[in-house]
Amino acid sequence: MVVALNSAVRVINDPGMMDSTDRTIINTLQGGFPICDRPYAVVAEQLGIDESDLIQRLQAMLEKKQLSRFGPMYHAERLGGGLSLCAMAIPEADFERVAEQVNAFPEVAHNYAREHKLNMWFVLATETPERIDAVLAEIEQQTGYRVYNMPKKEEFFVGLKFDV
Amino acid sequence: MVLTDQDNRLIAAIQGGLPLVEHPYAEVGRQIGLSESAVIERIETMQQTGIIKRLGVVVRHHELGYVANAMVVWDVPDERLDTVGELLGSQRCVTLCYQRLRHQPEWPYNLFSMIHGFSRESVLSHIDEMVETLGLQDINYQVLFSGRRFKQRGARYQ
Repeated sequence: MVVALNSAVRVINDPGMMDSTDRTIINTLQGGFPICDRPYAVVAEQLGIDESDLIQRLQAMLEKKQLSRFGPMYHAERLGGGLSLCAMAIPEADFERVAEQVNAFPEVAHNYAREHKLNMWFVLATETPERIDAVLAEIEQQTGYRVYNMPKKEEFFVGLKFDV
Repeated sequence: MVLTDQDNRLIAAIQGGLPLVEHPYAEVGRQIGLSESAVIERIETMQQTGIIKRLGVVVRHHELGYVANAMVVWDVPDERLDTVGELLGSQRCVTLCYQRLRHQPEWPYNLFSMIHGFSRESVLSHIDEMVETLGLQDINYQVLFSGRRFKQRGARYQ
């Protein structure tokens, strides 16, 4: 954790990583992207930069992994898919093995360790809602540990935007 | 909205990202045999019907300095859930707010909110402030900071 924090602090403090134009691009494009024949030109004009500059900067930020993706964020359920948040309580000695087994499932979209008795939290995205239970059963069988399935019942807010 | 095979091809073609070229929608169309205007029309429709929640950038928040990532879980009495959910969801520091299934007795929490910040201290002080200003002192909650991130990618389709 200490190592992770240090490296992250370096990221924030390194002025070479991202300038104010990059930051404006991110803040603007988290709010949407035009759907027209020259969308980059439209955004670039709004930001007062060249279309080619915008394209190059997006490319660079993707390569540096500051951006995870540039494209659509789909609504899994409306696409007919299943989506759920799941948790497991894994003893320290078994954690690495179980993390590897869980992450090997292509349906596991992301997986975080968290500080709690339930210490492994992952999101499951399946092609159909019915597949959720099947994949959970497979994970339980492979790992030997119970999976707590915590599907969403109601959505109060989905912003997921970060000021930079 | 009923998705056609062509829609499914379009969904798959852009899920990894839009092409970084002057005419991105024309390029997508070229890959799947659709005209630029047809691609534009279908993407607009998918956005209007909510199949596409958002088009644009998805950040790697950790790499952008948001190193403290807390899932704050609340055990809210059912009759207060809507009120508290709306209140928490309207807070600037809250990026997601969902009701989820409880697992009594081990897991009594039914309301989940995500709070991201530049440090644990700032996240904790945001939470204290919210509890205070929103009058949530009587609600039992826990803060689960994230440790290691093992995997982060969007869901994949097709």
